[in-house]
Amino acid sequence: MQAAADKKVLLEVEHLKQYFPVKTDSLFKPKAYVQAVDDISFKLYEGETLSIVGESGCGKSTTGRAILRLDEPTDGKVYYSGTDILGLNKKEMRKLRGDLQVIFQDPFASLNPRQTVKQILNEAMAIQDVVEKSKRMDRMLELLGYVGLPPEALDRYPHEFSGGQRQRIGIARALAVNPKLIICDEAVSALDVSIQAQILNLLKKLQKQFGLTFLFISHDLSVVRHISDRVMVMYLGKVVEIADKKDLFDTPLHPYTRALLSSIPVPNPELKRERIILRGDVPSPINPPNGCRFHTRCPFATEKCKTDEPALREFDPNHFVSCHYAEKFM
Amino acid sequence: MLMFILRRLMQTIPVIIGVTFVVFFIMQLVPGDPAVLLAGEGASKETIEAIREQLGLNRPLLVQYFDYLISVFRGDFGVSLKNSQPVLDEILVRLPITIELAFFSILITIVLGMAAGIISAIKPYSLKDTMVMIVALLGISLPSFWFGLMLMYFFSVKLQILPVAGWDSFLHVILPSLTLGAGGAAIVARMTRSSMLEVIRQDYIRTARAKGVRESLIIYKHGLRNALIPVITVVGLQFGALLGGTVLVESIFAINGLGRMIVDSIRMRDLPMVQGGVLVASLVFVVVNLIVDVLYRFFNKRIELN
Repeated sequence: MQAAADKKVLLEVEHLKQYFPVKTDSLFKPKAYVQAVDDISFKLYEGETLSIVGESGCGKSTTGRAILRLDEPTDGKVYYSGTDILGLNKKEMRKLRGDLQVIFQDPFASLNPRQTVKQILNEAMAIQDVVEKSKRMDRMLELLGYVGLPPEALDRYPHEFSGGQRQRIGIARALAVNPKLIICDEAVSALDVSIQAQILNLLKKLQKQFGLTFLFISHDLSVVRHISDRVMVMYLGKVVEIADKKDLFDTPLHPYTRALLSSIPVPNPELKRERIILRGDVPSPINPPNGCRFHTRCPFATEKCKTDEPALREFDPNHFVSCHYAEKFM
Repeated sequence: MLMFILRRLMQTIPVIIGVTFVVFFIMQLVPGDPAVLLAGEGASKETIEAIREQLGLNRPLLVQYFDYLISVFRGDFGVSLKNSQPVLDEILVRLPITIELAFFSILITIVLGMAAGIISAIKPYSLKDTMVMIVALLGISLPSFWFGLMLMYFFSVKLQILPVAGWDSFLHVILPSLTLGAGGAAIVARMTRSSMLEVIRQDYIRTARAKGVRESLIIYKHGLRNALIPVITVVGLQFGALLGGTVLVESIFAINGLGRMIVDSIRMRDLPMVQGGVLVASLVFVVVNLIVDVLYRFFNKRIELN
């Protein structure tokens, strides 16, 4: 892997916040907010796969949607090739959508049940105007070829396909507009393990073929290990650790990351491992804990953790951790 | 598709026979003897008996029923007891009026209801949404006879811009259709709203947004088309209620339609007329149901495949 310094930054997220208002019981109580994503920053380099991992509710999908402005972020900046996406008007944004595509988790819900595959693919191309009308048919057949579906698929409806095939349609749809960045929001989580591997390998192949950049959102660490170049761990709307995949899996520095990694099952029953079991539940993102958000469940928490919020610090080159005591784990 | 329509058509035959059966026997249960009524007050027993003989009312009920059934299939609905005119002639004059009324009412139900539902669903829980839903709730709650009278009072008596009653010009159509269609529109509005809200949350709507599809197209092409199925069902069901409603509305606005004819005939114990009217109304309902089923298939291709 190259040093990050000489790689081009494709997407830069700065201080992104996404708060959702929640209903309160009383008219007079102040409005409460779910702090789904609270002040996160990271960079995404061209051609790489950055994974976001974390428990459900940690804000990983919200981050993906906020970047695409599918939900309008509360605050922060998102630079794509230098331009601030959040400052674009509707028309400019629509144009940019050709570069940024998304693949969703549930292949049964992400395709309009009343459109044939042809209509699904054609609509994307027509809106972004990437292919001339006369050449669209060839392009569609080409796309189906890339994702390994037969040409007959064109005239069928989504419900006539299996989950894996539908996800292939979703990928073909995303590819149709020649995107640069694809956000895969739990793209394989709904699939059988054997199908997962197929789709992951397909994504890897396509990445190489078209020089795509992936932001890969997943809760499944073995999937993340397979596909990522770098990994970002989130907890309760905050980034707790970002590092190259190898560094993160070999020398996790944040107690939460360590706990997470220790939960990956190992196929060897003889192997004795240190299991870190977290007690308690994830606190509510409506009233997140003060200080380090993880202190309520952290086995190493001290008084300092309860009051001071740790900053994201660089320990090794490209290995960022937000923990007051990360040195202890090095 | 053709096979489906044919099969559905075949299914309507027993339904229609069942309708004739029910209509015929229910009329027998209605208190009051038509022969006595026809003969007038103070008629002698012999006269009443003679009328009975003449109309075949003294034969066994089953014989009367089969007799009736056979003539119905020959297109002979009998003659009115009141004025001895063929029932069918009278119905053929009145039916178009009622169909016209029903058509415009259902138009109002669909157009007004769906538009209101979409407006509500685009920004749920907004002021606009709340207002529309309050109006819809009123629309469901208000009885049509009261609503009709209020419309009549406001537009015809106070403002004097629309005719009070009758059925002569397009202007005459507006108030009765509004009265009849309002309740359905309110139900359709609520159905459209909830159905749209459900669909809008789906990932494929997000997919469409991510593609860069225009918001208006997202609403109509991706949203509405998928939200339409339950709405069609409701519209179909509403049509039944609508036919019943014509009876009221035609009476309020003094329209000489089928509904009013049935009411008048019931008052007169004019059995053949009532039977004919109800039978034709039922036939219309059966046909409309058939159309709804076909539309349903058209909009939901998945039904066809399974």
